[in-house]
Amino acid sequence: MNIIGLYNYWIVVVLMLIGFFIVIAHENLIKKLVGLSIFQTSVFFLYISMGKVAGATAPILDENYQLYSNPLPHVLILTAIVVGIATTAMGLALVVRIYEAYGSIEESDIQVQDNNDRLEDYLEAYGHKNDTHLFNQDKDE
Amino acid sequence: MTAHFPILQVIIPLLAAPLCLFIRIPRIVGIFAILVSATAFLISCGLLQEVITGGTLSYQLGGWAAPWGIEYRIDKLNGYLLLLVSGVSTIVLVAAQTSISKELPENRHTFFYTAYLLCLTGLLGILATADAFNLFVFLEISALSSYTLIAIGTDRRALTASYQYLVMGTIGATFIIIGVGLMYMMTGTLNMYDLAERLPAVYESKTVLSAFGFFIVGVCLKLALFPLHLWLPNAYAYAPSITTAFLAATSTKVAVYVLIRYIFSIFGIEFVDMSLPLGDIFLFLGLTGIFVASVAAIYQLNIKRLFAYSSVAQIGYIILGLAIETELGLTATLLHLFNHALMKAAIFLAIGAVVYRIGSAQLSHYAGLGKKMPWTMAAIVAGGLSLIGVPLTVGFVSKWYLVVALLDKGWWPVAVLVLISSLIAVIYVWRVVEWIYLTPPRIITDEIKEAPMSQLIPIWILVLANIYFGVDTRLTVGVSKLAAQSLFGVN
Repeated sequence: MNIIGLYNYWIVVVLMLIGFFIVIAHENLIKKLVGLSIFQTSVFFLYISMGKVAGATAPILDENYQLYSNPLPHVLILTAIVVGIATTAMGLALVVRIYEAYGSIEESDIQVQDNNDRLEDYLEAYGHKNDTHLFNQDKDE
Repeated sequence: MTAHFPILQVIIPLLAAPLCLFIRIPRIVGIFAILVSATAFLISCGLLQEVITGGTLSYQLGGWAAPWGIEYRIDKLNGYLLLLVSGVSTIVLVAAQTSISKELPENRHTFFYTAYLLCLTGLLGILATADAFNLFVFLEISALSSYTLIAIGTDRRALTASYQYLVMGTIGATFIIIGVGLMYMMTGTLNMYDLAERLPAVYESKTVLSAFGFFIVGVCLKLALFPLHLWLPNAYAYAPSITTAFLAATSTKVAVYVLIRYIFSIFGIEFVDMSLPLGDIFLFLGLTGIFVASVAAIYQLNIKRLFAYSSVAQIGYIILGLAIETELGLTATLLHLFNHALMKAAIFLAIGAVVYRIGSAQLSHYAGLGKKMPWTMAAIVAGGLSLIGVPLTVGFVSKWYLVVALLDKGWWPVAVLVLISSLIAVIYVWRVVEWIYLTPPRIITDEIKEAPMSQLIPIWILVLANIYFGVDTRLTVGVSKLAAQSLFGVN
């Protein structure tokens, strides 16, 4: 098996794992999105590599050439790139709003705040906390 | 005109979504969205009828012949689910008109309907298309718009839930596209039926095996199979109620459809059998999912979160039907897809009506509401009974078919476990009943009254559908059987 000849696939695998690792291991929400982008980019490489035919040229009809690369995977990946950009944009927009709402983009900080919220819910359901605030809320409206 | 139904179904909501942004006036946009969704529903009725009487419909986009151009193909399986998705979407949109006025700021209403219609487009597109890459694009359309629909609310926890869903959903979708790419490498085609013809020649190859592996993991992330369900409870709990009702009823169901389509129509059951012990994996994960999620549901304080965990458990039943790998099992799966959508849409819409009145989904705030909002509460209880699987509800029908399929396969211990798990459902539904009817009200106010008619009518349409399809099973069982037969017939 020609291991070096398949170097582009090695790049795919390495990038994929790097991206995946960043998504899992990092606490920072923006770094996670960067990881996600790297992960998606590795798939672009996969598609682009498979469309390339050795010794072939761009698929533009010309009398001098007989062998053309397969343009379909490249076209598909244009769509996937657009999808990837939309996802990243959406994710970053969410991060902006998370920062406005929580004052942090570190996952652990956010989790602490969420757990406090949940504790309050618990106290309200089973503890002796005064729940007049709900009543007041309704009245205000 | 009717010849173009398969594409019109998808293109009408797609074109209508940006139009919403031009109309701008929230009230009119709302009515416009109902009309669009109702049109899609009528088209899907026409399609299903045509498919049942005339057989599979094939539509070539732009007139390009199938393996080269994109094909849309409507058979009994997706005709049935198109009807479900567009029907539920229309009913939910009717309730949305009043519900979102309380849960969303006025300036976000137009965006809500835009995202909703895009999500509907994505789901209908996934169902209609017969092209593997086209399916990925629609998957992303529906996913991106559902992230928006979840984050659009005012609860800040919805933002983190949406972010989590975005990360996991994108990983799932990327896995699917890797699977599609690897299959394209081996066969040079993206058309599902062309793939089905060409794949047997390369069954032995490791590439096809890894394509299948990537694919299964990706789809299982999307359909929230335990233990890949972590995004679901928060997303459902903190999203606006209308979003929850719509997504709970449709999006995981569509993901299950993708799984069924790939296993049965593309790879074929023989390949699945010889490559991976998928039946055993699904059996194990399905059962664990049912028990873990049902028990988790018992401990929830937020009623939406409670029913979200119950959704994860119901996915377990659906997957269990697939694990049996017989025609009866598949029938049970398809039945439960349909029935669970009806139950969860009814329950979450009813919860939406309560949120509309009291502004909270905390179970403790529901104390004593049984007297204040009798019709809404009755709807929640009816939905709950259906989840348990009480006779005369749809839940009974699908559990019955599931247990029969399990016994038919000789897996009686599993059948016993399914029955035991129903008892856990009794516990969490009982907790809701206890708060609603047996706990003295904590909020003493006369301002809380029955939900408005515009919400009660859609809720009760769904509740009555729950009971109707629990008694008259001709449509649901009939179509599920036909679809299951045709899926097994293909191979």
